[in-house]
Amino acid sequence: MLAEKARRALEKKAAYGPDLQIPLVEPHGEDFAVESLDNLDKRLKEASLLSGFKTDESDRSGSFFQKDDTVLYQKVQEAYRGQVEIMSIEAALAQYPWLKEYYWRNVPVDMDKYTALVELSGNGGYFIRILPGARVEQPIQSCLLLDESGGSQRVHNIIVAEEGSHAQIITGCTITPEVKEGYHLGVSEFYVKKGAHLTFTMIHNWAENFHVRPRTGIVVEEDGTFINNYILLKPVRSIQSYPRAELRGDRARARFNTIVYGQRDSEIDLGSWIELNGRETRGESLSRALGTDRARVMMRGRLTARSNDARGHLECRGMLFSRESQMNAVPELWVDGAPQADLTHEAAVGPVSEEAVEYLMSRGLSRDDAVSAIIQGFLQTGIQGLPEVLENMLTGALAAMSREAH
Amino acid sequence: MICRDANLLIGDVVMLKIHNLTVSTGGKEILKDISLEIPRGETHILLGPNGSGKTTLLKAIMGMGSFQTSGSIMLDGEEISGLGIDERARRGVGLALQRSPAIPELTLGGLLKIMGQEYGSGAMAEKIDSLNCRYLLNRGVNVNFSGGEMKRSEMLQLLVQEPKLVLVDEPESGVDLENIVVIGEALRRLLKPSREKEKERAGLVITHTGHILDYLNADKGHVLLHGKIVCSGNPRDLFEEIGRHGFEGCANCPELQLKGGQSC
Repeated sequence: MLAEKARRALEKKAAYGPDLQIPLVEPHGEDFAVESLDNLDKRLKEASLLSGFKTDESDRSGSFFQKDDTVLYQKVQEAYRGQVEIMSIEAALAQYPWLKEYYWRNVPVDMDKYTALVELSGNGGYFIRILPGARVEQPIQSCLLLDESGGSQRVHNIIVAEEGSHAQIITGCTITPEVKEGYHLGVSEFYVKKGAHLTFTMIHNWAENFHVRPRTGIVVEEDGTFINNYILLKPVRSIQSYPRAELRGDRARARFNTIVYGQRDSEIDLGSWIELNGRETRGESLSRALGTDRARVMMRGRLTARSNDARGHLECRGMLFSRESQMNAVPELWVDGAPQADLTHEAAVGPVSEEAVEYLMSRGLSRDDAVSAIIQGFLQTGIQGLPEVLENMLTGALAAMSREAH
Repeated sequence: MICRDANLLIGDVVMLKIHNLTVSTGGKEILKDISLEIPRGETHILLGPNGSGKTTLLKAIMGMGSFQTSGSIMLDGEEISGLGIDERARRGVGLALQRSPAIPELTLGGLLKIMGQEYGSGAMAEKIDSLNCRYLLNRGVNVNFSGGEMKRSEMLQLLVQEPKLVLVDEPESGVDLENIVVIGEALRRLLKPSREKEKERAGLVITHTGHILDYLNADKGHVLLHGKIVCSGNPRDLFEEIGRHGFEGCANCPELQLKGGQSC
């Protein structure tokens, strides 16, 4: 049934982003795994670290590591057994018959050709479940790494935060330096149950000839909170993604923080869509984007309110540093039969304020330092509340980038 | 001559020497042939009606704004008119603007960290507390600051910067009495007389009300009118005269011009 629907959608173009022709290939997963991440090749370790994945697993409650088609490693730290489950999606589907109720329920299998390809030629992905009431202080980490140039990952992930649980996940999608081109198709379905709190931070790290099409759906039940941080600091050929969070339960909350550095010939089309359906739901979306070289950046955002006491705010801000780069901000507010709902948006694309630069220079900062400080702060305000463990790493990366951008 | 030679060892006796400074924007002259000297250890007051060019003069000394300038600005014997804003700051010019831009991208604490080696030290903490700025450290610089908060933050930045030429634009404007005390104390500290001549600073302060004179030992006042310094003299006498006859009266007063002399 799913396969049939998928087959019919194989030619269906996506609503946004350049259309890609990706061959339907058979997965060819090799059957091996590593006992410890210590045994990983140094190249892989370095590449994964760039996307926030620590192979020494310090300060992490559990790990999932997939290279190309193969799940190399999955583990929950001793202290967190009984609180977290991590396994490949295949293993999870085999183990839990109930998982069918979560599979393709939140992202339609026939959404477009990319979801169809994931169903028909999927090669992995993870299942992460945080058990009811669990308080998982240390982040769970996952890494989806491509090491085969010209290859592709077509993964399906399901994340279930059970009732009253509390956790954060850091996930990196990355490639080794040898990979110059390829595709990443990733379907992610999130279920945030009653009273659960989930922070999901994704760091993308691609190459100049790489195409990326994530497809993400999130359902948040009553009193649940979902926070999504997305960070793209490396060039990509094209990426298009428009995750949708449905705040189904009363008092559910969602927040999307996005920071994007568009450079070289990157074609970036990113958005977030929050549906405020339950009573007293709250949605917030903040994005910060820089454009240099010939990059084209599209920032979309949509809030849909169907409940009278829903409140939402959308904020997109961008700066361009090259005459050949482009930026579009498209904020949308939809109110459907809820006249008391309160939705606002702010969108701005503009340069670094010369007045502010002069002010900082009068305090002894060089022009370069002043502009960098402003750019770095501009990006950082886009991801307030990032897991502490990532903050230092990111601050370093942003400082370097802020210098490079202008 | 002997006295002058002795002073050479510690730099110039004159901290700021402006000669024939003309500043224009869009073909319009805002300041015309300004000449002004402020010796080490002295604080001068700049008076004048709105639009007379007071703020432009301070910005021109700092090198800010998109102005065309000609003439000379010497700081401690060195020509600085060709230097960038940051180079002037590093040579010891410090400016507190009347209205500073809001910078949401940078917190006040973050700025102090970039400015001062001493961040986190007791000396910095003392400065922060003396201006009651601790609660502002995690806020964007000047973002939704009240009048008093903005002035206190400006004064704090100057205390950290430790400039040898202190330029302040209307320290008392938009500030309640309680804050004037705090700001006045900070100004007093910035311009504190020193026993060591080479540590003596100089100041140029714009004021409308003269309230700030209670905190400053102002040595001289200058009246700026239509882009020109029209008279100079004892600051309190000047205030009195202006109170009586207004700025235009001051412009036509030969007596004050004589009293102040043409030192500028």
